[in-house]
Amino acid sequence: MNNFEYLRAESLGQAAAAAADPATKIIAGGTNLLDLMKYNVERPSRVVDITRLPLKDIAETEAGGLRIGALVPNSDLAYDERIKARYPLLSSAILAGASPQLRNSASTGGNLLQRTRCYYFYDTATPCNKREPGTGCPAVHGQNRIHAILGTSQHCIATHPSDMCVALAALAATVHVTGPNGSRDIAFGDFHRLPGDAPEIDTTLRPGEIVTAVELPPEGFAANHTYLKLRDRLSYAFALVSVAAALRQEGGRVVEARLALGGVAHKPWRDEAAEAMLAGKPASPESFAAAADHLLRDAKGHEHNAFKIELARRAIVRALGQAAAGTPQSQTDKRIR
Amino acid sequence: MPSAEHHIGAPRSRIDGPAKVTGAARYAAEHTAPDLAYGIVVSGAIARGRIRSVYAAAALAVPGVIQVFTHENRRRTAWLDYSYKDDVAPPGAPFRPLYDAEIHYSGQPVALVVAEDYETAAYAASLLAIDYEVAEHETDLEAQRAYAYVPSKKRSGIPPPPSPRGDAEKAFGEAPLHVEGDYSHAIEHHNPMEPHASTVIWEGDGKLTVHDKIQGSQNSQRYITSVFGLKADDVRVMNAYVGGAFGSGLRPHYQLFLAVMAALELERSIKVVLTRDQMFTFSYRPHTLQTVRLAADRSGALRSIRHDAVAGTSRYEDYQENVVNWSGMMYHCDNVALTYTLAQIDTATPADMRAPGATTGVFALEIAMDELAERAAMDPIALRLRNYSDEDENQGKAYTSKELRECYRVGAERIGWSRRSSVPRSTREGRELVGFGMATGCWEAYLQKTAARATLTPDGKLEVATASSDIGTGTYTILAQIGADGFGLDLADVSVRIADSTLPTAPVQGGSWTAASSGSAVQAACQAVRETLLGHARGLHRSPLANAGIEQVEFRDGRITFASDPARFVTFADAMRAGGVDKVEAEATAAPSVVTALRYVSYTHAAVFAEVRVDEELGIVRAVRIVSAVAAGRILNPKTARSQILGGGVMGLGMALHEETMMDHNLGRFMNHNLGEYHVPANADVHDIDVVFVEEHDDKVSPIGVKGLGEIGIVGTAAAIANAVYNATGKRIRDLPITLDKLL
Amino acid sequence: MPTDPDGPPRSAGKLALTITINGEVRHLSVAPTTVLLDLLREHLGLTGTKKGCDHGQCGACTVLIDGRRVNSCLVLAVMKDGAEVTTIEGLATNGRLHPMQQAFVEHDAFQCGYCTPGQICSAVGLLGEGRARTPDEIRELMSGNICRCGAYVNIVAAIEQVMGAEDSRSAAA
Repeated sequence: MNNFEYLRAESLGQAAAAAADPATKIIAGGTNLLDLMKYNVERPSRVVDITRLPLKDIAETEAGGLRIGALVPNSDLAYDERIKARYPLLSSAILAGASPQLRNSASTGGNLLQRTRCYYFYDTATPCNKREPGTGCPAVHGQNRIHAILGTSQHCIATHPSDMCVALAALAATVHVTGPNGSRDIAFGDFHRLPGDAPEIDTTLRPGEIVTAVELPPEGFAANHTYLKLRDRLSYAFALVSVAAALRQEGGRVVEARLALGGVAHKPWRDEAAEAMLAGKPASPESFAAAADHLLRDAKGHEHNAFKIELARRAIVRALGQAAAGTPQSQTDKRIR
Repeated sequence: MPSAEHHIGAPRSRIDGPAKVTGAARYAAEHTAPDLAYGIVVSGAIARGRIRSVYAAAALAVPGVIQVFTHENRRRTAWLDYSYKDDVAPPGAPFRPLYDAEIHYSGQPVALVVAEDYETAAYAASLLAIDYEVAEHETDLEAQRAYAYVPSKKRSGIPPPPSPRGDAEKAFGEAPLHVEGDYSHAIEHHNPMEPHASTVIWEGDGKLTVHDKIQGSQNSQRYITSVFGLKADDVRVMNAYVGGAFGSGLRPHYQLFLAVMAALELERSIKVVLTRDQMFTFSYRPHTLQTVRLAADRSGALRSIRHDAVAGTSRYEDYQENVVNWSGMMYHCDNVALTYTLAQIDTATPADMRAPGATTGVFALEIAMDELAERAAMDPIALRLRNYSDEDENQGKAYTSKELRECYRVGAERIGWSRRSSVPRSTREGRELVGFGMATGCWEAYLQKTAARATLTPDGKLEVATASSDIGTGTYTILAQIGADGFGLDLADVSVRIADSTLPTAPVQGGSWTAASSGSAVQAACQAVRETLLGHARGLHRSPLANAGIEQVEFRDGRITFASDPARFVTFADAMRAGGVDKVEAEATAAPSVVTALRYVSYTHAAVFAEVRVDEELGIVRAVRIVSAVAAGRILNPKTARSQILGGGVMGLGMALHEETMMDHNLGRFMNHNLGEYHVPANADVHDIDVVFVEEHDDKVSPIGVKGLGEIGIVGTAAAIANAVYNATGKRIRDLPITLDKLL
Repeated sequence: MPTDPDGPPRSAGKLALTITINGEVRHLSVAPTTVLLDLLREHLGLTGTKKGCDHGQCGACTVLIDGRRVNSCLVLAVMKDGAEVTTIEGLATNGRLHPMQQAFVEHDAFQCGYCTPGQICSAVGLLGEGRARTPDEIRELMSGNICRCGAYVNIVAAIEQVMGAEDSRSAAA
């Protein structure tokens, strides 16, 4: 780990001013940043602790949604009664991820800023365009079981590891950020980016900008939703493929659909075109399969992860079926509904 | 005769349990000294080549850094390969840390950064820059298969395949039923929860006390004295608590070498702890490519068995296992041909990992047997009973005991084998396919020469001592049980001293031999103490036991008592007084019987059953129930014994479904070198595991009738699960782990 | 590949930290880089808390901070100024084992013992959370603690026993 100077932020403005320096890192839960610092993947010279800032509330919004402070721990969010009742998809996705201990530490804002779990990104003895731009991407021709099938570039096939963010994408959340030049809102779908030719950049945050809150719109799809996560062991593992599905239905027909995938791309992968295909269609395996095919139309596999395309197809159909039936996947009973 | 058994055979809680649940138990990295410095290992980045230069100036400039050791400034150590060979080293030239600029494998240690505290050492290590000259490497066993060879030197204790018997090829051609398949499993790493670590306490005058993570303190002690040219009296090695090992701690590893080297060079105490990632830079279960060909007649009787294995090893040592011999002994067959060859890849040398060889070979054989059962339209158990063998046909020797039939019967009953449909993919529960599978497990029951000492004092306290280890197996507890029953004591009256190189000689803890070996040695030492004590008692003036023979008396309640007349007794204290001693101490050695070995072989057996649920569309496998029925001779402690089998079962489940170290052949480097991406089973993966020990009396296997349990729980488990997955899905997966993609 | 080692070495000054560990208030001076796990093990000699992976992937380092179970390997010590930390050494009272420790011994819920302090702290945290009732829930909510010896069946049994005892106590109250 690099030596660094520690600064405890007294105000958001102070934190944002400090964060504008690229050698500075903001720390909250620390569950990913410290992990990366110990591997020397991140080597900040200054670490700014924002955990004493007042960003810990979950509050009602005027629009009828909820505004989640960036420092709300993942477990508090998952078990919040309002979240459980109105946004059970979010609660379920959080509980599908990590472990109780990590969820107790990890913050809402930090969850958004998790970096990829790509083996090569984590191993400083190997090249990696995300870690050291221009060094190459050994994953393309190397071990790529956990890598992306959608939105990849020749420079990077890493995935975003979050479960929570997949639900937030499906729920069309908004990210509130504050920076040296003031505050702004970022639609969730615009928050994370695809690797393109700059895989070192994960998000659309500008220098110094700090996530202050995540806002949920009023519609939480509480009746018809699911978070289905498929992985290499039954708990405490990152997703090979995960699906957040949410539906509004009337008389056996889909009125509105939300569909986002985890483990398949550099960002939580929401496909509004595939969602639109479902609108007005019967809530049937056939319509679900058509939507899955559409969502995966440009999917591209590599040596070890080509199976993800078929897995994702089946998982989407299954998840939409769970959502339609109002039988969301349990995160404790490992039988898949 | 010892007194009536009270503790042996009873489910006693571990005597080291309170220390473990309170955090008081100190493991290798948890000892300290006022002058303790911290060493951090820097691992190499390339698979093969040379170090061109090491840039250490920045690290050395950090305040608090004491030294950076590399091949350029290392201490001189022994010259001959022989000096680096530890007790269990395979043939070859052992890896020498920091010896020269040569890189043998990716992750090889290339420097040790020593600093006053941990944080400084870790920071300074991150500043080290190393320039390499890269050479071509090959890490793919498939690519090296063409160069496979029969190792010229055999590894001690590992029997090479027996000569062929009958004509397996001809018999294969003539028999009506055949199966033939290629089998393989992924490279697995032991990943004990405690990373390997060594704390070397500098005692002054060149004397060292070493706390090492090792499965045998005397192995490390001999290695250190041999490599560094030290006197045996100057090096004491201890391993009081070992946080798991499963074979990774059989051989001394590079952290020990580096810690000792730094301590000698700096004349101060040093601690070196490996990171989890560095746990992937030595010792693994080798990738092994197997082909099994079986043929049978229409009754299911085996007519031909052929089993060929090509196993990976390093470029510098011929690591060997017994992979194929099981196929020549587990079932009756007149025509058998077995081969085992090695192929070299640019990795560290593989190492014994829980039931080495058997886990690998039996997995292939037992899937093949399942395939043959289907071909013969027989129940898999019936096929095994049809070919049941009462002797090891590789050697033509009888078993000292073999209650495997009872294992099959009890195991089948417990799993509910009658619920199994013989038609694959025919049982469903909701969206899941249901399947049942079984397999046989087998492991040799060894007795290894082991010495122990017993010391009884007038207050009725007993100390038993041997250099054996307890890597979580329960050695402390079973030795206390044996000692306590020897003198009719409470467990609390027995202190067990193990895990110290200064104690009576014992081998590394491995091969499931510790309970039988150290247990027999302790029993023999106690017997010698009893005889001496009785001698003192007889010598008492007007001794009530004047003419008593050792068979006529009992030792309990602090007295030696005439069994047939409890009114006649002498207290332990009076006996010692009469003998003019303040303690009675004896050392004894247990060793295998040469006579028995001429006629018999000894094996532990098991029947493993698995019930799985497989999501038909998504390929998610849930192993909902495992039954392990084990015949292992006498069970000293059913509680700790059960835990050993549970643990073997969980590791077998990991082998079947999860565990895979992934090599990037372009870089020649393992890539998922952490516990987040190398998946060992988590709590949610493990449901119901039922362990049953069948009655088995064996008066030949060891003086105390014990066979050992550390390995048997894993052997056959992966095959049972794979067979259950086949029964559920109709998909025969011969390549472990069975990840969901293989079932889509 | 050689890399620029970040220019000249930096040394970051030590910082004052007041932290309560197992009921005892400690006034310490720590480097910014000191992680809570290393503070406990290397600086305070509280080696009951284990380092298994150092990256939040095994749970051996689990402690309770202000009553919540967390991985101490992923916590900067300086960030916990004012916090109350309970480690495995702080669970027994007056030499009497905590019921969870006792249950682990009785059920042989460990072999090598290295993951055990983390398992027990995690299980105590689990009880406090009150979200596990069924064996499936215990298994899932204890999955952040890896046990390579494979003692899971016994770990679940030990936790069920303590949970059952607590339930009957609260039912009686």
